[in-house]
This record gives sequence, structure tokens and C-alpha cells, in this order.
Amino acid sequence: MKMTLGSRLLGSRDPDSKRVIVAGLTLGAAVGVMALPFGLTAVSSGASVWQACALSLFTFTGASQFSAMSVVGAGGSVGAAFGGAALLAVRNFVYGVALASRIGNDDSGQKRSLGHRLVAAHFVIDETTAMATAESQPRLVRLAFWVTSISLFVSWNVGTLIGAVAGSVLDAQMLGLDAAFPAAFLSMLVPHLRTRSGRLAAVTGAVVCVAATPFVPVGIPILMAVVGVLFGVRR
Amino acid sequence: MSGIAISGGQLWLLVALLSVAALGLKVLGFVIVGGRETPPMLQRCLALIPASLLAALIAKDTLTTAQALAFDARLVGLAVAAVAVWRRLPFVVVIVLATVSTAVVRALV
Repeated sequence: MKMTLGSRLLGSRDPDSKRVIVAGLTLGAAVGVMALPFGLTAVSSGASVWQACALSLFTFTGASQFSAMSVVGAGGSVGAAFGGAALLAVRNFVYGVALASRIGNDDSGQKRSLGHRLVAAHFVIDETTAMATAESQPRLVRLAFWVTSISLFVSWNVGTLIGAVAGSVLDAQMLGLDAAFPAAFLSMLVPHLRTRSGRLAAVTGAVVCVAATPFVPVGIPILMAVVGVLFGVRR
Repeated sequence: MSGIAISGGQLWLLVALLSVAALGLKVLGFVIVGGRETPPMLQRCLALIPASLLAALIAKDTLTTAQALAFDARLVGLAVAAVAVWRRLPFVVVIVLATVSTAVVRALV
């Protein structure tokens, strides 16, 4: 009997599992398309195709990758590019704390093996956290996490490779690709603007960054912008 | 995309540092701290970091070139992106509209 990939994945499963699998694969496809601008802009900022791919494989956290390449492209140092990107990656720590017991334990509450948990940790990012925490049944929480993880990991890396290869033959400045960075950051910023403290932190961060730009090395204003957190948190 | 100041070797160093830090933070949260209570004040501070940093990155990529303020075609691109985000268009459409409008303004001016 001939089976398509779709029926092999979904054939014998219950409706809830099907829904979770379809959602995870759909999100993966969307994220694969998001990876194209990352590959393009990384290469036009000075990275090689392999460096862009290594970032997606081993860093695997979009906002930090975009941030590092944006600072490098503007002429920043390794330290400045690293600092801002690492600060952006701190939220994965927060997600990890929240997900640990739900993904790292089995049904009886026993911890999975260390190897299992280390692999899972690499996949703890915005999208997988959102998909996992949207479910309530433990079985579906884990299914959502793993389907989203694998589908995103594959699509993000394939997308990066395609984007990077394209970027190495295109004229970035002429195509306006430098505007892809702020547009990407804007899309990522919008969910943080829902609260008043988020808006205060954002405005302060932007003002500090622009004000500091003429006086400190490239990339350092991004690090200084973190004081915006103090303005936001007082609210 | 002018004036890259680091070598290919330094870029590899950045890739390595960032990979170690990103996985380190994930492992610290997921495997080491895992499930334990963290102080609410710390949580609030950590949750606000992306708001400040992403806004700063937008400002840097739209208003500055190296260490100078610059007002150019990218401002138009960001304005178009803002409208696209407000209209809830998909991520890729936002990026395409921003880059195409920037390129058109650059070609015309």
C-alpha cells in the first residue's frame, strides 16, 4: 500500500495530535521563509555562507542572530556584536525555566535522561515555547514542543542556506536589503509594546542608543540601551 | 552595509562565542535552574530586555551609519514596514515591502 508522507505522519492519530502536528509543520514553513532574509542580510553584512549556516545551526535563536549580524555589518567589534546578541538570548533562559518540568519530565513526573534534556534545551526558543504552552494536556505539550522544534530547526537552517547563497550573488545596497534589519526587528518588537512598561523600555532604549551613537564605538549603544529596562520596570 | 571592521577569523570567533552563550543560557534555564521559583522582580527585568534592545536596534539600523546620524532611504523603508506591521501583514511581506521601498527611494533620489 502506498502512503504519502502526510498520511504516514497523521494516518492513525487522534484529532488533537493531528491538530498539533499540522500547526507545528505550518509554523515551520513560515519560519523557513523568515530565515531567507537572515541568510541574505548575514552575507551582505560580511559573513560567509558557512558562518551564516553555523549561526543558525548552533545558535538557533533568530533575534540574536539578526542582532549580531546587524552590528557586524555596521562596523562593530566582536565584543559589541556578542554583547547585544547574548542579552537578547537571555529570554530563552526564562523560557527554559518555565518549560523544564513540562518537557523535561515524563508522564510520571520522572526527569528524562540528561542527553534528552540537553537536546530539548537547544530547541527552547520563542516559537516552541509559545506552541508548547498553548496546550494543556501533558502529552500534547510535549508533542507540540517536539514537532515545532524539529520542523523549525530543519526549515530555519534550510532557509538560512538558501538566503545566504542568494545573498552572495546579489547587490544588497541596491536592493535595499539593509532595510530588512529594522523591518525584522520591528516585527519582533510589536508584541512587547502591548504593556506600558514594554513601551517605556522600548522608547528609552531607542533614545539612549541614538544619543550615545556619536560618542562610543559601533554596537556599544545597543548594550547601553538595556538601561531602558530600568525605566520600564519602575512602572 | 559599509565598513565591516572585523576579519573572517574574528567572525568565526563571534559565531563560536554566541553559540556557546545561546546554548549555555538555554541549558541554564531548562536543565539547571528548571522549574524553581525565580524572583518576580528579576523576571520582570528579563522580560523587558527584548523591548529595549529591539527598539535600539531599529533606531541604529534606521538613523545611524557607523558613528554618525544619517537620514536616508531606510527611513522610508521603516515607515512602510510600520504600516505593514500595523495592517498585520505576514513577516516576509513586511520585509519585502521595506526593502523594495528603500531600493526605489534610493534609485530615485
